[in-house]
Amino acid sequence: MAHDVVQAVAHDFGSAAGGLESMSEHPSYLRVFLTFARNSLVRDMTFRTNFLVDVVASLTWVSMQLAFYLLIFAFAPSIGSDWGKYEFLVFLATTLLANSLVGAFFMPNLSEFSELIRTGHLDFALLKPIDTQFLVSFQRIEWSTLANFVFALCLLAFALVHLENPPQAIQWVLFIVYVGCGVAMLYSLMIALSSASVWMGRNQNLYDFWFYITNFSRYPMEIYEGPIGTPLRRAFTFVVPILVVVNVPARMLAQPLSAQNWPLAGFAILATAGSLLGSRWMFVRALASYRSASS
Amino acid sequence: MYARLLTWWTILRICLEERLVYRGDFALGTLMRFLPFITQIFLWSAVFAARDQSPLRGYSYNEMIAYLLLTNISRAFSSMPGLASSIAQQIRNGEIKKFLIQPIDLIGFLLLARVAHKVVYYVVALAPFALVFYLARGFFSGWPDVTTMLAFLVSLVMAFLLGFFLEATIGMVGFWFLEVSSLLFVYQLFSFFLSGQMFPIDILPSAARAAVDLLPVPYLAYFPVAVFLGKVQGTALAWGLLVQAGWVVLFMVASRVALHRGLIRYSGFGG
Repeated sequence: MAHDVVQAVAHDFGSAAGGLESMSEHPSYLRVFLTFARNSLVRDMTFRTNFLVDVVASLTWVSMQLAFYLLIFAFAPSIGSDWGKYEFLVFLATTLLANSLVGAFFMPNLSEFSELIRTGHLDFALLKPIDTQFLVSFQRIEWSTLANFVFALCLLAFALVHLENPPQAIQWVLFIVYVGCGVAMLYSLMIALSSASVWMGRNQNLYDFWFYITNFSRYPMEIYEGPIGTPLRRAFTFVVPILVVVNVPARMLAQPLSAQNWPLAGFAILATAGSLLGSRWMFVRALASYRSASS
Repeated sequence: MYARLLTWWTILRICLEERLVYRGDFALGTLMRFLPFITQIFLWSAVFAARDQSPLRGYSYNEMIAYLLLTNISRAFSSMPGLASSIAQQIRNGEIKKFLIQPIDLIGFLLLARVAHKVVYYVVALAPFALVFYLARGFFSGWPDVTTMLAFLVSLVMAFLLGFFLEATIGMVGFWFLEVSSLLFVYQLFSFFLSGQMFPIDILPSAARAAVDLLPVPYLAYFPVAVFLGKVQGTALAWGLLVQAGWVVLFMVASRVALHRGLIRYSGFGG
């Protein structure tokens, strides 16, 4: 079984790169990505019960979270000024959408990346005739996490039915674009943090740090106010744009479009481009400082 | 007797030294663990603002924040990172064999290792905890009286014992199933949402509250804090401590029985 998979990878890699003899040609990134996706699925389906347990576990986890927020809305009509129960459910669904995409596509890869640096196995990735960042970012896809994505879509549908102002087509387009931006920002933060393992050797704390920082993105930004909250909100908007990730797309869909949202929406585009470029720069710098750890 | 004490002391000392290797990392990690707490403060502040500050099932805003802060203390006693999974792992890879031939009791050894772990944790975490509680002193209305304080300390020690024996029992299930990670996940899920570390369980609807009261998990986080805040007093307090002690004894016996039965089943191969 494993042998077949290796054969399939080798074959696809060969054809994707246009054959070994023509290395100078650009590989087809899409085909390589599809191969990664298929291999991960084959791997997941090899241990089907484990896959099902993973799905049930992550669904139970998000259901419990949902129950917690429903409990909160039993006591308060709204959070912040604008977020009533159903608006907040749209917000929660947006959080789940962004996090499930990051969890499915990037989380397993980037925790592996720190490990590749620590063990020196990154050598093998550097030797492949394909962009190293692409390779270390997409190699493994955690299909079971996409169950949360489906859960989030159902939650979104349920919440939208109850909204007073159902979104229009343009809001949907903006929503999809900005969820994409949010995922790109989370990805950038993650790859920047895991690139730091080149200099730090080991970065368990940095990972916890990622978890703790993204924790701030779970709530509407309006709740951060007052002498501590306002600076905190500004820092997590303009320095590390973690609050923009969910807030901008969720507001696009849950609240009527309003001109006062445009500055932040414009900033979100800039922040996405900035984070992608910044993290790419950091990744390249990290590779330049990488000294193989193999003996 | 003396020899036995000496063995225990040696085990404790080895574990203490082992734990102190990465102390800087440890202190920083402890401080960072309070970061999610900041979002909780803002969340509840928004909830109370929407209620015009009216108390929520007996909790004022300040009390709610004090409650959530204090759960960090009860969790510092009752959480046992890696205990169940390491027991199951030792069963799986055969490391457990060494306890069969050495004159050391497995559960006793693990308990001492955990005590050492916790002692080091408290020493290193004291400064970050003191800092956070000092900054948040405005949320507290003063120290409780001596009886309450004593009951609080007793419930904390029992929370530690309950956490230990509960996870040890889950780990021992590894004799039968080898892999306990899904069982452990269920336990962690319950302990995360229903032990009271996310919210005080008395704000649950009454039917759910009654069901949760039948579980051991509230005694890991909720109960000690409720004692400190004076939510449980008089006979309710005595009864609560008694029930907590009952759970400790139950899981103490359960882990013993599981170990005994498990070792009879166990077969180790190879070196």
